[in-house]
Amino acid sequence: MKEVGSLPDFGLGWLEARGPHSDIVLSTRIRLARNLQAHAFTTRIREPERQEIFAQVREAASHAAALSGGVAMELAELSPLSRKVLLERHLISRELAGESDVTPPRGTGLIMSPHEDVGIMVNEEDHLRLQCLMSGLRLQEAYQLVDGVDEELGAALPMAFHHELGYLTSCPTNVGTGLRASILIHLPGLVLTKEIGKVLQGLGQVGLTFRGLYGEGSEVVGNFFQISNQTTLGKSEEDLLDHLEKIVGQVMQYEVEARNVLMRDARTVMEDKIWRAYGLLRYARSLSFDEVMNLLSGVRLGVSMNLLAGLRVYTLNKIMIFSQAAHLEQAAGRPLNDAESDLHRAAYVRRILEREGQVSASLDAPGEDVGV
Amino acid sequence: MMLCDHCGENEAIIHLTQIVNNQMSTFHLCERCAAEKGLEPGVNVGNFPLTDFLAQMGKGGTSEAGSAGPCAYCGLKLEDFKKTGRLGCSHCYVTFEPHLRGLLRRLHGGTQHLGKVYLPPDPSRTQQQERLAGLKRKLDRAVSNEDFERAAKLRDMIRELEAAL
Ligand SMILES: [Zn+2]
Ligand SMILES: [Zn+2]
Repeated sequence: MKEVGSLPDFGLGWLEARGPHSDIVLSTRIRLARNLQAHAFTTRIREPERQEIFAQVREAASHAAALSGGVAMELAELSPLSRKVLLERHLISRELAGESDVTPPRGTGLIMSPHEDVGIMVNEEDHLRLQCLMSGLRLQEAYQLVDGVDEELGAALPMAFHHELGYLTSCPTNVGTGLRASILIHLPGLVLTKEIGKVLQGLGQVGLTFRGLYGEGSEVVGNFFQISNQTTLGKSEEDLLDHLEKIVGQVMQYEVEARNVLMRDARTVMEDKIWRAYGLLRYARSLSFDEVMNLLSGVRLGVSMNLLAGLRVYTLNKIMIFSQAAHLEQAAGRPLNDAESDLHRAAYVRRILEREGQVSASLDAPGEDVGV
Repeated sequence: MMLCDHCGENEAIIHLTQIVNNQMSTFHLCERCAAEKGLEPGVNVGNFPLTDFLAQMGKGGTSEAGSAGPCAYCGLKLEDFKKTGRLGCSHCYVTFEPHLRGLLRRLHGGTQHLGKVYLPPDPSRTQQQERLAGLKRKLDRAVSNEDFERAAKLRDMIRELEAAL
Protein backbone atom coordinates (compact mmCIF):
# COMPACT_ATOMS: atom_id res chain seq x y z
CA MET A 1 0.00 0.00 0.00
CA LYS A 2 1.33 3.42 -0.92
CA GLU A 3 2.01 6.06 1.68
CA VAL A 4 1.94 9.77 1.04
CA GLY A 5 4.63 10.22 3.67
CA SER A 6 7.22 10.19 0.93
CA LEU A 7 5.87 13.58 -0.13
CA PRO A 8 6.20 15.54 3.10
CA ASP A 9 5.34 18.96 1.67
CA PHE A 10 2.58 17.76 -0.56
CA GLY A 11 -0.02 20.50 -0.82
CA LEU A 12 1.53 22.55 1.93
CA GLY A 13 2.98 25.46 -0.02
CA TRP A 14 0.33 27.80 1.38
CA LEU A 15 1.64 27.32 4.92
CA GLU A 16 4.54 29.61 4.07
CA ALA A 17 2.11 32.50 4.44
CA ARG A 18 3.77 34.52 1.69
CA GLY A 19 0.53 35.76 0.14
CA PRO A 20 -0.97 39.20 0.72
CA HIS A 21 -2.84 39.64 4.03
CA SER A 22 -1.86 36.11 5.04
CA ASP A 23 -2.12 36.94 8.74
CA ILE A 24 -5.90 37.37 8.31
CA VAL A 25 -6.64 35.41 5.12
CA LEU A 26 -5.04 32.00 5.54
CA SER A 27 -5.71 30.66 2.10
CA THR A 28 -7.41 31.05 -1.26
CA ARG A 29 -8.94 27.98 -2.85
CA ILE A 30 -10.28 27.72 -6.38
CA ARG A 31 -12.17 24.72 -7.68
CA LEU A 32 -13.46 24.05 -11.20
CA ALA A 33 -15.99 21.25 -11.75
CA ARG A 34 -15.67 19.49 -15.14
CA ASN A 35 -17.13 16.36 -16.70
CA LEU A 36 -16.12 14.33 -19.72
CA GLN A 37 -18.54 14.47 -22.62
CA ALA A 38 -18.61 10.78 -23.43
CA HIS A 39 -19.56 9.39 -20.00
CA ALA A 40 -22.47 9.62 -17.57
CA PHE A 41 -21.62 11.48 -14.35
CA THR A 42 -19.67 9.62 -11.70
CA THR A 43 -22.68 8.63 -9.58
CA ARG A 44 -24.25 6.85 -12.59
CA ILE A 45 -21.31 4.74 -13.75
CA ARG A 46 -19.71 1.54 -12.54
CA GLU A 47 -16.19 0.84 -11.44
CA PRO A 48 -14.69 -0.20 -14.83
CA GLU A 49 -15.89 3.02 -16.43
CA ARG A 50 -14.52 5.06 -13.53
CA GLN A 51 -11.17 3.37 -13.99
CA GLU A 52 -11.29 4.14 -17.69
CA ILE A 53 -11.90 7.82 -16.86
CA PHE A 54 -9.10 7.87 -14.32
CA ALA A 55 -6.73 6.42 -16.91
CA GLN A 56 -7.77 9.01 -19.52
CA VAL A 57 -7.36 11.90 -17.10
CA ARG A 58 -4.00 10.60 -15.89
CA GLU A 59 -2.81 10.29 -19.48
CA ALA A 60 -3.95 13.82 -20.35
CA ALA A 61 -2.48 15.20 -17.12
CA SER A 62 0.89 13.61 -17.84
CA HIS A 63 1.16 15.85 -20.93
CA ALA A 64 -0.03 19.00 -19.15
CA ALA A 65 2.84 21.39 -18.48
CA ALA A 66 1.26 22.68 -15.27
CA LEU A 67 1.21 19.16 -13.83
CA SER A 68 4.55 17.88 -15.05
CA GLY A 69 6.51 16.00 -12.44
CA GLY A 70 3.35 15.48 -10.45
CA VAL A 71 1.88 12.29 -9.11
CA ALA A 72 -1.31 10.37 -9.74
CA MET A 73 -2.75 8.01 -7.20
CA GLU A 74 -5.88 5.97 -6.90
CA LEU A 75 -7.35 6.22 -3.42
CA ALA A 76 -7.85 2.47 -3.31
CA GLU A 77 -4.07 2.10 -3.41
CA LEU A 78 -3.56 4.29 -0.35
CA SER A 79 -3.67 3.24 3.27
CA PRO A 80 -6.59 4.57 5.33
CA LEU A 81 -4.10 6.75 7.21
CA SER A 82 -2.74 8.31 4.02
CA ARG A 83 -6.27 9.05 2.87
CA LYS A 84 -6.93 10.78 6.14
CA VAL A 85 -3.73 12.80 5.82
CA LEU A 86 -4.85 14.00 2.39
CA LEU A 87 -8.23 14.92 3.86
CA GLU A 88 -6.59 16.86 6.69
CA ARG A 89 -4.61 18.78 4.09
CA HIS A 90 -7.85 19.63 2.29
CA LEU A 91 -6.55 17.92 -0.85
CA ILE A 92 -9.45 15.51 -1.07
CA SER A 93 -13.02 15.78 0.13
CA ARG A 94 -14.54 13.73 2.92
CA GLU A 95 -16.63 12.00 0.29
CA LEU A 96 -13.58 10.97 -1.70
CA ALA A 97 -11.60 9.90 1.39
CA GLY A 98 -14.40 7.52 2.37
CA GLU A 99 -14.61 5.58 5.61
CA SER A 100 -11.34 4.28 7.00
CA ASP A 101 -12.62 0.69 7.13
CA VAL A 102 -13.92 0.68 3.55
CA THR A 103 -11.64 0.53 0.54
CA PRO A 104 -12.62 3.35 -1.86
CA PRO A 105 -13.88 2.31 -5.29
CA ARG A 106 -11.27 1.94 -8.03
CA GLY A 107 -11.00 4.87 -10.38
CA THR A 108 -11.33 7.57 -7.73
CA GLY A 109 -8.12 9.42 -7.16
CA LEU A 110 -5.96 12.46 -6.95
CA ILE A 111 -3.49 13.98 -9.37
CA MET A 112 -1.20 16.61 -7.92
CA SER A 113 1.62 18.81 -8.98
CA PRO A 114 3.90 18.80 -5.94
CA HIS A 115 5.27 22.32 -6.28
CA GLU A 116 2.34 24.36 -7.51
CA ASP A 117 -0.37 23.21 -5.16
CA VAL A 118 -2.65 22.58 -8.09
CA GLY A 119 -4.33 19.26 -8.58
CA ILE A 120 -7.31 17.25 -9.75
CA MET A 121 -9.73 15.13 -7.79
CA VAL A 122 -10.93 12.41 -10.16
CA ASN A 123 -14.39 10.87 -9.96
CA GLU A 124 -15.61 12.73 -6.96
CA GLU A 125 -19.12 14.00 -7.64
CA ASP A 126 -17.86 15.29 -10.99
CA HIS A 127 -15.33 13.50 -13.17
CA LEU A 128 -12.82 16.27 -12.56
CA ARG A 129 -12.45 18.79 -9.82
CA LEU A 130 -9.48 20.98 -10.67
CA GLN A 131 -8.25 22.80 -7.61
CA CYS A 132 -5.65 25.20 -6.43
CA LEU A 133 -4.72 26.26 -2.91
CA MET A 134 -2.62 29.36 -2.24
CA SER A 135 -1.62 31.38 0.77
CA GLY A 136 -3.27 34.74 1.41
CA LEU A 137 -5.80 36.55 -0.73
CA ARG A 138 -4.91 35.72 -4.35
CA LEU A 139 -8.10 34.91 -6.19
CA GLN A 140 -7.13 35.97 -9.71
CA GLU A 141 -3.71 34.38 -9.49
CA ALA A 142 -5.10 31.08 -8.22
CA TYR A 143 -7.77 31.11 -10.92
CA GLN A 144 -5.24 31.72 -13.71
CA LEU A 145 -3.26 28.73 -12.51
CA VAL A 146 -6.27 26.38 -12.50
CA ASP A 147 -7.49 27.85 -15.77
CA GLY A 148 -4.16 26.90 -17.37
CA VAL A 149 -4.65 23.28 -16.33
CA ASP A 150 -8.26 23.42 -17.52
CA GLU A 151 -7.12 24.67 -20.96
CA GLU A 152 -4.60 21.87 -21.33
CA LEU A 153 -6.93 19.10 -20.20
CA GLY A 154 -9.87 20.48 -22.20
CA ALA A 155 -7.80 20.40 -25.37
CA ALA A 156 -7.15 16.69 -24.87
CA LEU A 157 -10.40 15.45 -23.34
CA PRO A 158 -13.82 16.48 -24.71
CA MET A 159 -15.71 18.12 -21.84
CA ALA A 160 -19.46 18.38 -21.26
CA PHE A 161 -20.33 21.95 -22.27
CA HIS A 162 -23.64 23.49 -23.30
CA HIS A 163 -23.71 26.71 -25.35
CA GLU A 164 -26.27 28.29 -23.03
CA LEU A 165 -25.66 26.60 -19.66
CA GLY A 166 -21.88 26.38 -19.83
CA TYR A 167 -19.98 23.53 -18.18
CA LEU A 168 -22.41 20.80 -17.14
CA THR A 169 -22.09 19.38 -13.65
CA SER A 170 -23.68 16.63 -11.62
CA CYS A 171 -25.28 19.15 -9.26
CA PRO A 172 -27.11 22.11 -10.83
CA THR A 173 -25.66 24.40 -8.15
CA ASN A 174 -22.27 24.17 -9.94
CA VAL A 175 -23.33 24.49 -13.57
CA GLY A 176 -21.99 27.30 -15.79
CA THR A 177 -18.49 28.23 -14.76
CA GLY A 178 -18.19 25.27 -12.35
CA LEU A 179 -16.20 27.73 -10.27
CA ARG A 180 -16.12 27.75 -6.51
CA ALA A 181 -13.73 30.20 -4.91
CA SER A 182 -13.22 30.06 -1.15
CA ILE A 183 -11.32 32.24 1.24
CA LEU A 184 -10.31 30.93 4.66
CA ILE A 185 -10.34 33.94 6.95
CA HIS A 186 -9.60 34.52 10.64
CA LEU A 187 -12.09 36.85 12.33
CA PRO A 188 -11.47 36.91 16.10
CA GLY A 189 -12.09 40.66 16.38
CA LEU A 190 -15.57 40.39 14.91
CA VAL A 191 -16.37 37.40 17.10
CA LEU A 192 -15.16 39.10 20.29
CA THR A 193 -17.05 42.31 19.53
CA LYS A 194 -20.13 40.22 18.63
CA GLU A 195 -20.35 41.84 15.21
CA ILE A 196 -19.81 38.59 13.37
CA GLY A 197 -23.50 37.69 13.05
CA LYS A 198 -24.27 40.89 11.20
CA VAL A 199 -21.30 40.48 8.88
CA LEU A 200 -22.07 36.87 8.04
CA GLN A 201 -25.72 37.62 7.49
CA GLY A 202 -24.72 40.37 5.09
CA LEU A 203 -22.77 37.83 3.02
CA GLY A 204 -25.95 35.93 2.20
CA GLN A 205 -27.50 39.09 0.86
CA VAL A 206 -24.69 39.66 -1.62
CA GLY A 207 -24.72 36.14 -3.05
CA LEU A 208 -21.89 34.71 -0.96
CA THR A 209 -21.94 31.88 1.52
CA PHE A 210 -19.86 30.98 4.52
CA ARG A 211 -19.20 28.15 6.89
CA GLY A 212 -17.00 27.56 9.86
CA LEU A 213 -13.84 25.55 9.75
CA TYR A 214 -14.42 22.51 11.84
CA GLY A 215 -12.19 20.55 14.09
CA GLU A 216 -12.67 16.95 14.96
CA GLY A 217 -15.61 17.97 17.13
CA SER A 218 -18.67 19.68 15.88
CA GLU A 219 -18.29 23.28 16.99
CA VAL A 220 -16.91 26.14 15.02
CA VAL A 221 -13.37 26.40 16.24
CA GLY A 222 -10.73 29.05 16.22
CA ASN A 223 -12.78 31.86 14.66
CA PHE A 224 -11.88 30.61 11.19
CA PHE A 225 -14.50 31.06 8.48
CA GLN A 226 -14.69 30.08 4.84
CA ILE A 227 -16.34 32.57 2.53
CA SER A 228 -17.21 31.55 -1.02
CA ASN A 229 -19.35 32.38 -4.02
CA GLN A 230 -22.84 30.96 -4.02
CA THR A 231 -23.72 31.14 -7.71
CA THR A 232 -21.82 29.79 -10.71
CA LEU A 233 -24.05 30.63 -13.69
CA GLY A 234 -24.82 33.99 -15.35
CA LYS A 235 -21.58 35.77 -14.46
CA SER A 236 -18.06 35.50 -15.81
CA GLU A 237 -15.31 33.94 -13.71
CA GLU A 238 -13.65 37.34 -13.36
CA ASP A 239 -16.87 38.95 -12.13
CA LEU A 240 -17.44 36.19 -9.59
CA LEU A 241 -13.89 36.54 -8.29
CA ASP A 242 -13.94 40.34 -8.23
CA HIS A 243 -17.14 40.36 -6.28
CA LEU A 244 -15.78 37.90 -3.73
CA GLU A 245 -12.53 39.84 -3.46
CA LYS A 246 -14.34 43.12 -2.90
CA ILE A 247 -16.53 41.69 -0.16
CA VAL A 248 -13.64 39.89 1.52
CA GLY A 249 -11.79 43.21 1.49
CA GLN A 250 -14.68 44.79 3.33
CA VAL A 251 -14.85 41.97 5.86
CA MET A 252 -11.11 42.39 6.46
CA GLN A 253 -11.62 46.08 7.04
CA TYR A 254 -14.39 45.40 9.58
CA GLU A 255 -12.10 42.92 11.28
CA VAL A 256 -9.28 45.45 11.55
CA GLU A 257 -11.69 48.05 12.93
CA ALA A 258 -12.97 45.57 15.51
CA ARG A 259 -9.40 44.82 16.57
CA ASN A 260 -8.70 48.52 16.96
CA VAL A 261 -11.76 48.93 19.16
CA LEU A 262 -10.66 45.99 21.31
CA MET A 263 -7.15 47.37 21.69
CA ARG A 264 -8.49 50.80 22.57
CA ASP A 265 -11.11 49.68 25.09
CA ALA A 266 -9.72 46.45 26.47
CA ARG A 267 -6.01 46.32 25.79
CA THR A 268 -5.06 44.63 29.04
CA VAL A 269 -7.72 41.96 28.66
CA MET A 270 -6.63 41.32 25.08
CA GLU A 271 -2.96 41.04 25.94
CA ASP A 272 -3.80 38.70 28.79
CA LYS A 273 -5.89 36.47 26.48
CA ILE A 274 -3.14 36.35 23.89
CA TRP A 275 -0.33 35.59 26.33
CA ARG A 276 -2.43 32.95 28.11
CA ALA A 277 -3.08 31.27 24.78
CA TYR A 278 0.63 31.31 24.01
CA GLY A 279 1.49 30.02 27.47
CA LEU A 280 -0.90 27.09 27.21
CA LEU A 281 0.36 26.08 23.79
CA ARG A 282 3.95 26.42 24.93
CA TYR A 283 3.67 24.37 28.11
CA ALA A 284 0.50 22.24 28.19
CA ARG A 285 0.95 18.46 28.41
CA SER A 286 -2.31 17.41 26.80
CA LEU A 287 -4.25 19.27 24.12
CA SER A 288 -7.35 18.38 22.11
CA PHE A 289 -7.41 19.58 18.50
CA ASP A 290 -10.27 21.98 19.18
CA GLU A 291 -8.34 23.46 22.06
CA VAL A 292 -5.29 23.94 19.85
CA MET A 293 -7.42 25.68 17.23
CA ASN A 294 -8.91 28.05 19.78
CA LEU A 295 -5.52 28.83 21.32
CA LEU A 296 -3.99 29.31 17.87
CA SER A 297 -6.70 31.88 17.20
CA GLY A 298 -5.53 33.95 20.17
CA VAL A 299 -1.88 33.58 19.25
CA ARG A 300 -2.52 34.40 15.58
CA LEU A 301 -4.30 37.56 16.69
CA GLY A 302 -1.26 38.44 18.81
CA VAL A 303 1.15 37.87 15.90
CA SER A 304 -1.05 39.85 13.53
CA MET A 305 -1.05 42.78 15.99
CA ASN A 306 2.68 42.57 16.64
CA LEU A 307 2.19 41.63 20.28
CA LEU A 308 4.20 38.41 20.01
CA ALA A 309 7.43 39.45 18.38
CA GLY A 310 9.47 36.63 16.91
CA LEU A 311 6.62 34.25 16.15
CA ARG A 312 5.73 33.68 12.48
CA VAL A 313 2.38 32.95 10.84
CA TYR A 314 4.12 30.06 9.09
CA THR A 315 4.67 28.31 12.42
CA LEU A 316 0.99 28.73 13.35
CA ASN A 317 -0.17 27.39 9.97
CA LYS A 318 2.09 24.40 10.37
CA ILE A 319 0.65 23.62 13.79
CA MET A 320 -2.88 23.79 12.35
CA ILE A 321 -2.09 21.05 9.85
CA PHE A 322 0.38 18.84 11.69
CA SER A 323 -1.49 18.68 15.00
CA GLN A 324 -4.43 16.90 13.36
CA ALA A 325 -5.00 13.29 14.35
CA ALA A 326 -3.83 11.53 11.18
CA HIS A 327 -0.72 13.70 10.93
CA LEU A 328 0.17 12.83 14.53
CA GLU A 329 -0.34 9.13 13.83
CA GLN A 330 1.81 9.38 10.76
CA ALA A 331 4.58 11.02 12.77
CA ALA A 332 4.24 8.46 15.59
CA GLY A 333 4.28 5.58 13.13
CA ARG A 334 1.43 3.85 14.92
CA PRO A 335 -2.29 4.32 15.71
CA LEU A 336 -3.06 6.61 18.64
CA ASN A 337 -6.17 6.62 20.80
CA ASP A 338 -7.74 9.95 21.76
CA ALA A 339 -5.82 10.34 25.02
CA GLU A 340 -2.50 9.44 23.38
CA SER A 341 -3.31 11.75 20.52
CA ASP A 342 -3.78 14.67 22.95
CA LEU A 343 -0.40 13.91 24.54
CA HIS A 344 1.37 13.66 21.18
CA ARG A 345 -0.32 16.86 20.05
CA ALA A 346 0.84 18.81 23.09
CA ALA A 347 4.35 17.42 22.70
CA TYR A 348 4.44 18.38 19.03
CA VAL A 349 3.23 21.93 19.74
CA ARG A 350 5.76 22.35 22.58
CA ARG A 351 8.57 21.11 20.40
CA ILE A 352 7.79 23.38 17.47
CA LEU A 353 7.30 26.45 19.66
CA GLU A 354 10.55 25.65 21.45
CA ARG A 355 12.30 25.53 18.09
CA GLU A 356 10.72 28.38 16.16
CA GLY A 357 8.26 30.09 18.48
CA GLN A 358 10.43 31.82 21.06
CA VAL A 359 8.80 35.11 21.85
CA SER A 360 10.42 38.12 23.43
CA ALA A 361 8.09 39.52 26.05
CA SER A 362 7.80 43.28 25.78
CA LEU A 363 8.50 45.05 29.05
CA ASP A 364 6.34 48.09 28.49
CA ALA A 365 3.43 46.59 30.40
CA PRO A 366 0.35 48.76 30.18
CA GLY A 367 -1.74 49.80 33.16
CA GLU A 368 -0.39 50.79 36.54
CA ASP A 369 3.28 50.29 37.32
CA VAL A 370 4.07 47.30 39.38
CA GLY A 371 6.42 48.18 42.19
CA VAL A 372 9.57 46.14 42.29
CA MET B 1 -21.10 9.26 18.25
CA MET B 2 -23.26 12.20 17.34
CA LEU B 3 -26.50 11.36 15.56
CA CYS B 4 -27.96 13.12 12.57
CA ASP B 5 -30.46 15.89 13.52
CA HIS B 6 -32.61 14.97 10.56
CA CYS B 7 -33.04 11.19 10.63
CA GLY B 8 -31.66 10.48 14.09
CA GLU B 9 -30.25 7.20 12.78
CA ASN B 10 -26.87 7.67 11.18
CA GLU B 11 -23.74 9.30 12.44
CA ALA B 12 -23.61 13.05 11.81
CA ILE B 13 -20.52 13.92 9.83
CA ILE B 14 -21.54 17.24 8.35
CA HIS B 15 -21.86 20.21 10.63
CA LEU B 16 -23.48 23.22 9.10
CA THR B 17 -23.62 26.57 10.80
CA GLN B 18 -26.12 29.12 9.60
CA ILE B 19 -26.92 32.59 10.76
CA VAL B 20 -30.61 33.33 10.70
CA ASN B 21 -31.84 36.56 12.26
CA ASN B 22 -28.53 37.03 14.01
CA GLN B 23 -28.85 33.63 15.69
CA MET B 24 -26.09 31.21 14.93
CA SER B 25 -27.29 27.64 14.87
CA THR B 26 -25.50 24.47 13.94
CA PHE B 27 -27.09 21.46 12.26
CA HIS B 28 -25.54 18.04 12.38
CA LEU B 29 -26.37 15.81 9.47
CA CYS B 30 -25.42 12.38 8.19
CA GLU B 31 -23.99 12.05 4.71
CA ARG B 32 -27.25 10.88 3.18
CA CYS B 33 -29.49 13.55 4.68
CA ALA B 34 -26.92 16.19 3.79
CA ALA B 35 -26.86 14.97 0.21
CA GLU B 36 -30.65 15.11 0.17
CA LYS B 37 -30.45 18.70 1.29
CA GLY B 38 -28.01 19.42 -1.50
CA LEU B 39 -25.05 19.88 0.83
CA GLU B 40 -21.72 18.46 -0.13
CA PRO B 41 -19.21 17.49 2.49
CA GLY B 42 -16.00 19.43 2.24
CA VAL B 43 -17.43 21.95 -0.13
CA ASN B 44 -19.28 25.14 0.49
CA VAL B 45 -22.79 25.10 1.64
CA GLY B 46 -25.41 27.41 0.32
CA ASN B 47 -27.72 29.56 2.34
CA PHE B 48 -30.56 28.39 0.12
CA PRO B 49 -30.62 24.61 0.33
CA LEU B 50 -31.38 22.93 -2.93
CA THR B 51 -34.06 20.89 -1.18
CA ASP B 52 -36.40 23.84 -0.93
CA PHE B 53 -36.26 24.28 -4.66
CA LEU B 54 -36.62 20.61 -5.34
CA ALA B 55 -39.66 20.46 -3.05
CA GLN B 56 -41.19 23.41 -4.88
CA MET B 57 -40.46 21.80 -8.20
CA GLY B 58 -42.60 18.88 -7.06
CA LYS B 59 -45.46 21.21 -6.19
CA GLY B 60 -45.27 23.06 -9.49
CA GLY B 61 -47.15 20.09 -10.85
CA THR B 62 -46.70 17.96 -13.88
CA SER B 63 -49.04 20.15 -15.89
CA GLU B 64 -46.65 22.59 -17.57
CA ALA B 65 -43.88 20.25 -18.60
CA GLY B 66 -45.55 16.89 -18.52
CA SER B 67 -43.78 13.91 -17.00
CA ALA B 68 -40.44 14.03 -18.77
CA GLY B 69 -37.86 11.31 -19.04
CA PRO B 70 -36.34 9.03 -18.06
CA CYS B 71 -33.11 10.25 -19.64
CA ALA B 72 -32.54 8.20 -22.77
CA TYR B 73 -28.78 8.19 -22.21
CA CYS B 74 -28.32 7.40 -18.51
CA GLY B 75 -31.80 6.28 -17.42
CA LEU B 76 -32.18 8.85 -14.63
CA LYS B 77 -35.79 9.65 -13.74
CA LEU B 78 -36.99 13.05 -12.61
CA GLU B 79 -37.93 11.52 -9.25
CA ASP B 80 -34.33 10.37 -8.81
CA PHE B 81 -33.15 13.92 -9.32
CA LYS B 82 -35.67 15.29 -6.86
CA LYS B 83 -34.44 12.78 -4.30
CA THR B 84 -30.70 13.23 -4.72
CA GLY B 85 -30.33 16.68 -6.25
CA ARG B 86 -27.87 15.16 -8.74
CA LEU B 87 -28.28 14.75 -12.48
CA GLY B 88 -27.03 11.62 -14.20
CA CYS B 89 -25.31 12.89 -17.33
CA SER B 90 -25.02 15.88 -19.63
CA HIS B 91 -28.10 14.75 -21.62
CA CYS B 92 -30.19 15.06 -18.45
CA TYR B 93 -29.90 18.83 -18.82
CA VAL B 94 -31.71 18.57 -22.16
CA THR B 95 -34.20 15.91 -21.08
CA PHE B 96 -35.30 17.79 -17.96
CA GLU B 97 -34.74 21.27 -19.35
CA PRO B 98 -38.29 22.55 -18.73
CA HIS B 99 -38.02 21.47 -15.09
CA LEU B 100 -34.51 22.80 -14.62
CA ARG B 101 -34.86 26.24 -16.11
CA GLY B 102 -36.82 27.76 -13.22
CA LEU B 103 -34.59 26.02 -10.71
CA LEU B 104 -31.43 27.37 -12.31
CA ARG B 105 -32.83 30.87 -12.48
CA ARG B 106 -33.64 30.82 -8.79
CA LEU B 107 -30.35 29.22 -7.80
CA HIS B 108 -28.13 31.48 -9.88
CA GLY B 109 -30.22 34.46 -10.90
CA GLY B 110 -29.78 33.67 -14.60
CA THR B 111 -29.52 30.84 -17.08
CA GLN B 112 -27.13 32.24 -19.68
CA HIS B 113 -23.52 31.21 -19.16
CA LEU B 114 -21.26 34.25 -19.46
CA GLY B 115 -18.00 32.65 -18.41
CA LYS B 116 -15.29 30.84 -20.28
CA VAL B 117 -16.40 29.28 -23.57
CA TYR B 118 -15.06 25.78 -24.06
CA LEU B 119 -13.27 24.88 -27.27
CA PRO B 120 -13.44 21.12 -27.79
CA PRO B 121 -10.57 19.22 -29.42
CA ASP B 122 -12.39 18.98 -32.77
CA PRO B 123 -14.52 22.16 -32.84
CA SER B 124 -17.28 23.08 -35.26
CA ARG B 125 -17.29 26.51 -36.85
CA THR B 126 -20.06 27.68 -34.48
CA GLN B 127 -18.07 26.49 -31.48
CA GLN B 128 -15.03 28.39 -32.72
CA GLN B 129 -17.08 31.56 -33.17
CA GLU B 130 -18.63 31.26 -29.73
CA ARG B 131 -15.19 30.73 -28.23
CA LEU B 132 -13.96 33.80 -30.07
CA ALA B 133 -16.81 35.89 -28.65
CA GLY B 134 -15.99 34.58 -25.17
CA LEU B 135 -12.31 35.45 -25.52
CA LYS B 136 -13.18 38.95 -26.72
CA ARG B 137 -15.41 39.45 -23.67
CA LYS B 138 -12.47 38.47 -21.47
CA LEU B 139 -10.12 40.71 -23.40
CA ASP B 140 -12.38 43.76 -22.98
CA ARG B 141 -12.46 43.13 -19.29
CA ALA B 142 -8.71 42.65 -18.96
CA VAL B 143 -8.11 45.88 -20.86
CA SER B 144 -10.54 47.90 -18.77
CA ASN B 145 -8.89 46.47 -15.64
CA GLU B 146 -5.48 47.40 -17.05
CA ASP B 147 -4.37 43.78 -16.69
CA PHE B 148 -2.03 44.01 -19.65
CA GLU B 149 -0.27 40.72 -19.12
CA ARG B 150 -3.59 38.89 -19.26
CA ALA B 151 -4.72 41.00 -22.22
CA ALA B 152 -1.61 40.09 -24.21
CA LYS B 153 -2.22 36.41 -23.55
CA LEU B 154 -5.85 36.70 -24.64
CA ARG B 155 -4.85 38.57 -27.82
CA ASP B 156 -2.55 35.69 -28.72
CA MET B 157 -5.37 33.22 -28.22
CA ILE B 158 -7.74 35.33 -30.30
CA ARG B 159 -5.21 35.67 -33.12
CA GLU B 160 -4.58 31.95 -33.15
CA LEU B 161 -8.28 31.17 -33.30
CA GLU B 162 -8.97 33.76 -36.02
CA ALA B 163 -6.24 32.23 -38.12
CA ALA B 164 -7.94 28.85 -37.81
CA LEU B 165 -11.35 30.22 -38.82
ZN1 LIG C 1 -29.55 11.53 8.55
ZN1 LIG D 1 -28.93 11.45 -18.17
